[in-house]
Amino acid sequence: MTAAVFFGCAFIAFGPAFSLFIFTIAKDPLRVIILIAGAFFWLVSLLLSSLVWFIAMKATNAQDLTLQKGLLIFGCMFSVILQEVFRFGYYRLLRKANEGLAAISEEESSPISVREMAYVAGLGFGIMSGAFSMINTLSDSLGPGTVGMFGDSQYYFITSALMTLALTLLHTFWGVVFFDGCESKRWWVIAAVLCLHLVVSGLSLLNPFYVASIPPVYVIMLLMAVWAFFSSGGSLHNLTLLWTCKRSNAETSS
Amino acid sequence: MGLVPSKWVLMLLVCWLCKNVNSSSVAQKIYVVVKNTVPCVRLLNATHQIGCQSSISGDTGVIHVLESEADLEWPLSKGPNPPYMVLLESSLFTRSIMMKIKNASSRVAGVAVVIPTMSPPEFSPHTTCPNENTGVYSDSYGPDYAHCNTTVWNPRGNGLSYEEFDFPVFSLKEDNETETIKQCYVDHNLVENGTTPQYPLCALQLFSHMSAVTDTATCMRRNDVINFSINPEMVCDPLGDFNVWGTIRPYNKSELGHRDNDSVVIAAARLDSRAFFWDVATGAEGSVSGFITLLAAAQALRDVTRESPPTHNILYAFFQGEAFDYIGSSRMVYDMEKGKFVIDLNNVHSLIEVGQVGLRNGSELFLHTDPVSRMNDSINDQVKKLVTNLQSSNAGMNVSLVEPGVSQPLPPSSLQRFLLAQNIPGVVLGDHRSAFNNKYYGSYYDNAANLNLHYPDNLTTEEQLEFVTETAMALSDVATVVARALYKQAGGNESQVNNINADPKTVTQMLFGFLVHANNSWFQARIPPDMKLEASPPNFYVGIASPLLAHAKTLTKIVQYLLANLTGTATNLTQDQCKKPDDLPDESEQMHSYFWIRGTFPTNGTANNTLCVRASVRMSQALSPAFDLREFASKTYSTWTESRWKFIEARMFLVASRDLEMLTLGVGVAVLFTSLLVTYFISIKADVLFSSVREPASAAY
Repeated sequence: MTAAVFFGCAFIAFGPAFSLFIFTIAKDPLRVIILIAGAFFWLVSLLLSSLVWFIAMKATNAQDLTLQKGLLIFGCMFSVILQEVFRFGYYRLLRKANEGLAAISEEESSPISVREMAYVAGLGFGIMSGAFSMINTLSDSLGPGTVGMFGDSQYYFITSALMTLALTLLHTFWGVVFFDGCESKRWWVIAAVLCLHLVVSGLSLLNPFYVASIPPVYVIMLLMAVWAFFSSGGSLHNLTLLWTCKRSNAETSS
Repeated sequence: MGLVPSKWVLMLLVCWLCKNVNSSSVAQKIYVVVKNTVPCVRLLNATHQIGCQSSISGDTGVIHVLESEADLEWPLSKGPNPPYMVLLESSLFTRSIMMKIKNASSRVAGVAVVIPTMSPPEFSPHTTCPNENTGVYSDSYGPDYAHCNTTVWNPRGNGLSYEEFDFPVFSLKEDNETETIKQCYVDHNLVENGTTPQYPLCALQLFSHMSAVTDTATCMRRNDVINFSINPEMVCDPLGDFNVWGTIRPYNKSELGHRDNDSVVIAAARLDSRAFFWDVATGAEGSVSGFITLLAAAQALRDVTRESPPTHNILYAFFQGEAFDYIGSSRMVYDMEKGKFVIDLNNVHSLIEVGQVGLRNGSELFLHTDPVSRMNDSINDQVKKLVTNLQSSNAGMNVSLVEPGVSQPLPPSSLQRFLLAQNIPGVVLGDHRSAFNNKYYGSYYDNAANLNLHYPDNLTTEEQLEFVTETAMALSDVATVVARALYKQAGGNESQVNNINADPKTVTQMLFGFLVHANNSWFQARIPPDMKLEASPPNFYVGIASPLLAHAKTLTKIVQYLLANLTGTATNLTQDQCKKPDDLPDESEQMHSYFWIRGTFPTNGTANNTLCVRASVRMSQALSPAFDLREFASKTYSTWTESRWKFIEARMFLVASRDLEMLTLGVGVAVLFTSLLVTYFISIKADVLFSSVREPASAAY
């Protein structure tokens, strides 16, 4: 569409991820490594699941549209399952690494906690997922034309960016919740994360009926934000503490 | 060990899969590339640049289909979403509309013209006085006749081809793509009763950025400068091609300059033509009628000039580039003056030129002569003799040869360039008494229909090839007259004259090949086996000059092979001998040219009929002398050049409103700032918000 749309969509899709990166990840090299490795794990899971879909697609009749749509849905679901499997695999890898880090550090414990690793791993998954969803669309948004010639909605770019934003944050929250569930051996948490991921993916299949797909995804994102907050050690007490701390600071300073 | 092969297998598998990936599907949702378009390009000469130019990243405009001239006020003043891309039907492609658009070019991004299959009643984008500055008439020679003061040759000309437009102009055909464009306009852009159309709007983007500017001297200077850099990029190329010439008595090609006691009658015709859009010239009446007549006359003269040769030699000359200030003929005259041609101007006895002869009213054919040169008595006598020879050559033919009857200058013709150099007697044959009969001079519509070339329905291609049309009969009558007059003019035996007859079959086959379907069996039999012909008629635009004979235009090559076939002899040389005839005692490449051609088109497995034809037919370079002399601002020679370009494309898409774009940008910036603030705040207060897990380990109880 033009540079305005390009920058607007880029900021919407990658703004929160970028700010999370510079304020919480960039200063600590260990976190950067875990982030990149997490992104790589997501990438491998996508590669394998897309190989499966691609082979299935090429092996069947390309003209049969309902079959292709069905294959796409199957591929989508299979990819979600594979991503969660890889998330679990990454969890196991990080646990092992954690023991190693604890062994070589000067203090008794490892320099990074499992909670922090969960957050960073989730963010890694989210950033890579966002990049894959959005970069292709962004590069086409630079040209003078907009989507709509063949009946698609003209809000294609904005909704893609909003969806990417939601998915990035969702991956972060799922990471936190998932690792916490694995730590405390509550397997229903893992199942819940998997189900919610499947629901969000399924909702995205409803596009371009954006009214039905984007608000529910954002509702789920807010719920996951609350769940992740509580499972990473936050509580209502901390919030009120924050609030009164601020107020007392304000009172003492004035 | 087992791991290494499996690694390679996996890599090969991934590579094979990568190969099958398509291009971006989002781009396919946005852009529709319009494929069958022809652009208008920029041409430059000594003083001007003409044609069209787009900006370097293309010109985008909201499509507006123009309904009438009054509707122009929507794109020019009333429309709320400038710039507009105006889509014109060919009936609205007139000078007044284009000039209005040119004057308001800030609101118009470009023009797309829909070219119909049916021609409009008349249309000539050429000027009213073609080649007026490089003809023989000037302030010093026949000032009353200069600049068409006495006779306007092309009164229908609107001069559009010679205007400069700083926006792109593309042509579209009447096909499905154009229907898609119009449908998009109807769906998105159509205005109803004063309401403004809602975004998103349908837009068209045209890319045709031309590298050359100002005039030929500037662009040739830039060519030279660029040649010194590591990455040479030319900006323009001179126009030109090759002239085809042939003689009935061969000349040694290494003996150039004046020949003592030799007098040659020149028979001339022009090959090329032009149109407003690039590279789509058809020149049915403008050039094809003339050169086909001359080719048929050459065939008619073949046998009689062998049995009873005339006193003088006859030189058939087919000039390329005449539409652009006489490139071919000015070059041949220059070569003759400098002694670089096999004869020189003092060897020229007289000249007969076959101009536009396809649209005769009744049986009249006009003999145009130059009144200024006829003021000289000896020239006048020779011209009168030439006219008498022509007028007495029409026995049994439905052609009556008439002089125009008023003191009138020569029409635009190659004879004018010969007269510029030397006073020679000459006649130009034309079907028009004064103004051209051709309603589509210099236009894309000068096609087979303009010559009334009609074939009955339900004929196959081969049957159409053999069918003798009325046009062919008429042209072959003219060819007979020309042939007989040439024979008499060259001093041939009077008793043989009435045996000279042109063959209407040959004429109709040539008409079919040059105007309807080039890839037919008659042409195929007369060209080399490895030469490929397109199905559509050849292109008559002269194009860019090249020094290599192999890069001559298809049209020039076909005319060369036809002239060789119609005036030469078949030999029984083998293919190797045909390539190197000097090895044989009787053959010499200095005297003749040898062509290896396909022969009769082989049908159903009969033996190959390829053979070697020997003819005294050659090609000579048709590049304006201005480029050899490096006089790029020359007023006497043609200085036409064609600009170079990188990329020509047209594509259609929807554009969104500025408001939506700014909203997107605003939302993006807001999201970015909010997330930066929130994240900063959370990260500062993280120890308060999230109770640390490590506390039990570090607490010292």
